[in-house]
Amino acid sequence: MEKRILTCIGCPMGCQLEVTLEKGAFASVTGNTCKNGARYAQKEVTDPRRIVTTTVRVEGSRENACTVPCKTAQDVPKDLIFAVMEDAAAVVATAPVRIGDVLKENAGGTGVSLIATKNVN
Amino acid sequence: MEQFDLVVIGGGPAGLAAACAAFDSGVRSILILERDRELGGILNQCIHNGFGLHTFGQELTGPEYAARYIRQVRERGIAYRLNTMVLDISREKVVTAISRDRGLSEIAAKAVILAMGCRERPRGALNIPGFRPAGIYTAGTAQRLVNVEGLLPGREVVILGSGDIGLIMARRMTLEGAKVKLVAELMPYSGGLKRNIVQCLEDFGIPLKLSHTVVDIAGKERVTGVTIARVDGRGTPIPGTEEHIPCDTLLLSCGLIPENELSRSMGLELDPATNGPRVNQRLETEIPGVFAAGNVLHVHDLVDFVSQEAAAAGRGAARFLALGEDTSCQIPIEASGGIRYTVPASVSPREMEEQLTIRFRVGSVMNNRAVAVYLDDCQVYRRKRPVMAPGEMEQVVLPRDIFRAHGDAKRIRILTEEA
Repeated sequence: MEKRILTCIGCPMGCQLEVTLEKGAFASVTGNTCKNGARYAQKEVTDPRRIVTTTVRVEGSRENACTVPCKTAQDVPKDLIFAVMEDAAAVVATAPVRIGDVLKENAGGTGVSLIATKNVN
Repeated sequence: MEQFDLVVIGGGPAGLAAACAAFDSGVRSILILERDRELGGILNQCIHNGFGLHTFGQELTGPEYAARYIRQVRERGIAYRLNTMVLDISREKVVTAISRDRGLSEIAAKAVILAMGCRERPRGALNIPGFRPAGIYTAGTAQRLVNVEGLLPGREVVILGSGDIGLIMARRMTLEGAKVKLVAELMPYSGGLKRNIVQCLEDFGIPLKLSHTVVDIAGKERVTGVTIARVDGRGTPIPGTEEHIPCDTLLLSCGLIPENELSRSMGLELDPATNGPRVNQRLETEIPGVFAAGNVLHVHDLVDFVSQEAAAAGRGAARFLALGEDTSCQIPIEASGGIRYTVPASVSPREMEEQLTIRFRVGSVMNNRAVAVYLDDCQVYRRKRPVMAPGEMEQVVLPRDIFRAHGDAKRIRILTEEA
C-alpha cells in the first residue's frame, strides 16, 4: 500500500488529498470535499494530463504580430509536454489565423492537435 | 467638443464587460478608449488556460476569453479607439486623450467608467540592494516579451515572489528552454493560486522557497547571480542563511498595484487597503457618474469576477444616465476579524440590484473560520470557510430581500468568527 499527497486543483479551495494506491493502482482518496476532487485524484495518479499552451511564429501579419498563441485541443499526457513544445518550435503559421485553426496535427505524437487561440490578421 | 453618454477608460476585460452591460441596459452612446494596439488588455499576453470557468463553464486561454468579449463589443456596434492614451479626466468628466491619428482631443462624457487595470510593483519599489544590471524584469514584462514579442529574456532564471504571474512565468520559461532555479517568496505562504503551485512549479520540479528573499544582485552589465536568504517573522533577512544562486535573469512577481493616476488627478481618494477608489453598491466612486471596476478598483485573481464586477458598473452607469444621481442614504460596510477591505465599501439598501456581491480579502491565512454578515445585531449570512488566504479573493452574495426585511438597519458588519 502506497500513499500520495496531492493538492487538488479543481477550485481555489486547494484541498489536500491523500491517495491510497494498491499495487500502483488507485484504491481510495480522502481529504476531498467534493466529487471533482476524487475524480482529479484518480486521474492524477493513474494518467496525469495537462493542456499545453504556447506560441508559434507567424508570418505575413498585417498587424505586425510575431506570434500566435495556441493550445493542445485536449489535455495530453504530462510526460509528452516537452515533445509538444519541440513540435511547436518548428511551426511557422501564415496570417490570417483564426481561433481554432489547426497549426500542427498530432503534436508531439500525442494524437492531439495544436490549435490557435487568437485571431491574427 | 465631442460628446458621449459613457466613456470607458480601458479596453481590457473590465472595460469590455462594462461597455457591453451598459449597452444591454439601454445606453447607446458609448466610447471605449484603449492605450494598446488591440482590445483585450492583459489577456492578450496570458496565453495559459484557466479563464472563464465561472462565466462560460469551460477553461479558455486569455486571448480566447478576450475574443468573446471583443466579439460582443463589435456585435453591439460599440465604438472604440485604439492607441489612445487618456491623459486627464476632469471632475466635470471631460476626458483628455492623445493618439497619433487624432492628436490631442477632448471628449465630454456624462458618465465615466474607470477600467485602467493595474501594474506590477517594480524593483525600485522593493528596495533590493545590489547593482542595476540588465536581466531584471517584472514577470509581466517577461510574459509580454515571450508570448507577444516572441523573445526569451534569459536562460537561467530566479523568480522573486510567488504571485500568479511569477508562477505562470516559471512554467512558461521552462517550456521555452530556460532553467528556472527557484521561486523565492518573502511570506510564509504563496500569494498564488494552488493550481498554479501544482501545475507550474511541482510539475517541473521547481523549488518554492517560502520565507526567503533576494538580498543582493550581482553583475555589472548583466545579472550573474543573486543572493537569497531566509527571513524571520518580520521579513528581515537572517544573517548566515545567505545562498548565492548563479543566474542571468531575475523576474519580479511582487504584487500588483491598481493604476490610479487618472483617478488621483480627478481628486478621488484612494483606499489604502486596495490602492483603488472607494465605491458604493453600483460601483460608483465619490464623484457621481464616475464608476470603477476590475483591477483598477482592487486587484483580482480571476478574470470572471472582473467581468461580473465590471458588468455591475456598466449597469450602474446606465442607471445613473437614466435616473441621475443616487441620493439615497449610504451605509458603510464595517469589516473586521481579519477582513482587510470590502468592495463595495458602502451600500444603499434602497438602491440595490436583486443581489449584492461583496468581495474582500483577508489579511493572513485563516483556518476553520466562518464569514458572517450582520445587519445591526441580526446575523443575515454565515458560511464556514475551512481555509482563507490573502492570495484568494473571497465573496459573499446577499439577496436584496435580506435588506428589505431589515429596512431600517443602521449598520452593516462583515467579519470572520469561530467556525
